[in-house]
Amino acid sequence: MAQHGPGDLELIGLTKSFDDFTAVEPMDLTIPQGSFFALLGPSGCGKTTTLRMVAGLEQPTAGQILIGDTDITNTRPHQRNVNTVFQSYALFPHMSVMDNVQFGLRRRGDKDAKRKAQEALDLVELGHAGRKKPNQLSGGMQQRVALARALVNRPDVLLLDEPLGALDLKLRRQMQIELKRIQQEVGLTFIHVTHDQEEAMTMADSIAVMNAGRMEQLGDPAALYENPSSTFVANFLGQSNLLAAHVTGTAGDGRLTADVHGHEVLVDAGRVPAGLRDVWLGVRPEKLALGEGNGVNELKGTVSDASFSGVATQYLVRMPWGMDLTVVQQNDGSARARLGDAVTLSWDPGHEFVLDSAQDEDAGVEHVVVDG
Amino acid sequence: MPAWSTWSSMAELAVLSGGTARPPVRRANWVPYALLAPGLLWLAIFFVAPMLTLLSQSLQEGSVEAGYTFTANWQIYVDALQKYWPQLLRSVGYAATATVAALVLSYPLAYYIAQKAGRWKNLMLVLVVAPFFTSFLIRTLAWRTILSDTGPVAEFARATGLTDLLQALALTNNDSLLSSKFAVIAGLTYNFLPFMILPLYASLDRLDRRLVEAAGDLYATPWQGFRHVTWPLSLPGVVAGTLLTFIPATGDFINSRLLGNTQTVMVGQVIDAQFLRVLDYPLAAALSFILLVMILALVSTYVRRAGTEELV
Repeated sequence: MAQHGPGDLELIGLTKSFDDFTAVEPMDLTIPQGSFFALLGPSGCGKTTTLRMVAGLEQPTAGQILIGDTDITNTRPHQRNVNTVFQSYALFPHMSVMDNVQFGLRRRGDKDAKRKAQEALDLVELGHAGRKKPNQLSGGMQQRVALARALVNRPDVLLLDEPLGALDLKLRRQMQIELKRIQQEVGLTFIHVTHDQEEAMTMADSIAVMNAGRMEQLGDPAALYENPSSTFVANFLGQSNLLAAHVTGTAGDGRLTADVHGHEVLVDAGRVPAGLRDVWLGVRPEKLALGEGNGVNELKGTVSDASFSGVATQYLVRMPWGMDLTVVQQNDGSARARLGDAVTLSWDPGHEFVLDSAQDEDAGVEHVVVDG
Repeated sequence: MPAWSTWSSMAELAVLSGGTARPPVRRANWVPYALLAPGLLWLAIFFVAPMLTLLSQSLQEGSVEAGYTFTANWQIYVDALQKYWPQLLRSVGYAATATVAALVLSYPLAYYIAQKAGRWKNLMLVLVVAPFFTSFLIRTLAWRTILSDTGPVAEFARATGLTDLLQALALTNNDSLLSSKFAVIAGLTYNFLPFMILPLYASLDRLDRRLVEAAGDLYATPWQGFRHVTWPLSLPGVVAGTLLTFIPATGDFINSRLLGNTQTVMVGQVIDAQFLRVLDYPLAAALSFILLVMILALVSTYVRRAGTEELV
């Protein structure tokens, strides 16, 4: 497949500045053909601007965009074999659903437009709705029409600009699965822009996390989650407990000792960047166990908040130095702690990540709440 | 427990239980009629009644001195058509030409104001409406100065060969721009331009630019994007603008009188003369009625052809 397709999408030093501010700092990125790629970041981080540059709706200030060996930087949107599913769907209100889906094919003089459009509508399970007008459909159906309208052209790259933002939670989950299925079925390159980290992790093969016009980290969802390279990624992708720590010595077994507010903990040496002494020790809430551990990496505290959500319980545990640690305990039948209980938290060495303490511990915390 | 407290807790209960405790009493729905009444009354007194008077007037015979009697004289319509069909046709022709010219001039302007003008939008709209601060008559008279033989417009037209072109098209009869078909149509176009621009502006202002972007994204060239998205979505404004221009332009009698010649007489001028100078009331009334029916027929065909079911 790879040798027959259009090739990878390559951004080289892609930059966009508006009058007095830089929306996208020079960005280098290669998105392999056929992958489901997510651009993740809070609003205003430049992800949509990047997408619009790939679509041709925004002219880059500098840099190049290549699909395979073809430079498309200076081509007009209609000359690019790239289609977009817009956040607002942007369905043509005066045309039937069928005419909307046929639009791209008809512009290219495809003789088989009608049959292909019908197939695309069948793919999104709207085969019966061809004669309707977009405003006669529900939000979720309109979203699927927008998807069919872009997919039917079999573009080299399909761009999705927060396409699920306007849907309610249940429908969004359903569409995430649908989108993933369709992407695997048609094998096109999908680039999905979203501020919803859960959505990005569920759907994408790899994720680029963007912040303030820069790409913070690139990787597959698990790598980003387990080993964030900055406090921004650590806080934006899921929740993190960041403990101020100081590396004190070696403990054998490939481990280092570190001091956390007077408590000695063990850290996997491989996780500590060379030469770093003052660090943030990051532990994900589900990696913290409530109750006695195996004698290492134990911290004692008091439960200051507990919220039960069925599948799990989330606790806030107040440390002696005043910090609240977040702990998630699976509802696996073990005893639940109550408000005010004195508890011991522990984690396995190797389950933490280590960041430079020079970074802002609150970066990425105040991210947009999933609200559509 | 005081009564109001019982009530409020009952109301709370009603809300909590889905509000079924006290079904709302269905009120007599007279409000819409009351709101309609002043308008309907106005129309009855100032539109329906004069129409009926006009119809009855057209079917009477007699003279101003001797008085009129109703004789159901339908023959007058045949006579009026036989005598004045050239003026009727000319009115429709001039009005249609002026409407098309106004549309061609207005569309780019309205598009610019709606989509590109930014903070100049309001100023430009004020400028569009500004001519209305002077009277229709004065504005039309001003065109005699603008088009006068010694004016810059005439000079420009002579220098660029426009004068010859207009003459070749039989829009003017000689080197002068005034007293010609051209002057009448130009006057009509100018006078009704704001009626074209404003509805076009309103519908282009509503146009979602993301739709045009989407068309480009789906391989439409800028021209195809206009043809398939912008134009059809602005059709309500086009229809409204052309109607607001065409209808009053057809019945106009000022432009042809001030800017035209004896060969450019429009039906409005004839009606004006019959009513106020010849004092042939039945003929004038009959001509008015013919004009009315003609416009109604043309407009209803046009609106149907414009495909109202395609309008959003």
